[in-house]
Amino acid sequence: MIKFAVVVFPGSNCDHDTFHAATAVLGHHGECVWHKETSLKGADVVILPGGFAHGDYLRTGAIARFSPIMPAVIDFARKGGPVLGICNGFQVLLEVGLLPGAMLRNSDVRFHCEQVFMRIEQTDTPFTAAASRGQIVQMPTAHGEGNYYAEPQVIRDLESSGRVVFRYCDANGGVTPAANPNGAINNIAGICNETRNVVGLMPHPERACEPALGSADGLVVFQSVVRALAQEGAVR
Amino acid sequence: MKARVFVTLKPSVFDPQGHTIADALHSLGYNNVGDVRQGKFFELDVNAASADQARQLAGEVADKVLANPVIESYRVEIE
Repeated sequence: MIKFAVVVFPGSNCDHDTFHAATAVLGHHGECVWHKETSLKGADVVILPGGFAHGDYLRTGAIARFSPIMPAVIDFARKGGPVLGICNGFQVLLEVGLLPGAMLRNSDVRFHCEQVFMRIEQTDTPFTAAASRGQIVQMPTAHGEGNYYAEPQVIRDLESSGRVVFRYCDANGGVTPAANPNGAINNIAGICNETRNVVGLMPHPERACEPALGSADGLVVFQSVVRALAQEGAVR
Repeated sequence: MKARVFVTLKPSVFDPQGHTIADALHSLGYNNVGDVRQGKFFELDVNAASADQARQLAGEVADKVLANPVIESYRVEIE
């Protein structure tokens, strides 16, 4: 049994669903960790969930990055621990610098709340280890600022080093402008860091982990980290 | 002392909000308005010994918190 820590900021609203995915659906241990705590209490996986931490005041994720729990999250990440940022969690990882780039307002200035398809580009991250390359998954988005931006050199680096993990596509895997809900450069939906243990994505796998939700395609993200940790043989 | 920090998106960054505002102005007949860029304005009440000190403090705060260096730049005015 591995232990998932779901960090809760004031304004996070996907923490319960993420906790549910890890525990009730996947059958592992979970703990919600309030942002003012300073310890991750021996977690094996850390997830920064979706929502509106600090009301998105100033910029999405901008204030959360100064929360007392973040040094522990950064330390965990630096030591190679698997960290997943979902939606607002991805935004926090960008603000804190664990992932490169930034989020802009969706290019059509609309909040997008809809099912999207993504192509899984890399399977050598802890959160895609149980997937197959090119696998198409469907899960919901719910964001106003998912327009991923980074300077041209950073984008080139991400692409050439295979660090674009999820890419918006159509039902057949075609990477097209129509399949891109927010204008993100190169249809980038999710990326990983250089050591490939920190992953961020905008769509919500925890909202697509049971058939009753319309798609169970998101479960592979959670199953992957279980498999990755089992292979590592490292249960902290 | 008041430190005013103006934060704007870097010129190379597409500004969908500014673009939307420009479109709205054009549809209202303001065809002499070209591009619009939307930014943020912060007014800080600063306790500093001099304008230089206030400017330095405002710059530090802007670097650390108020602006995201990936996509934004800023300027400071001291009163």
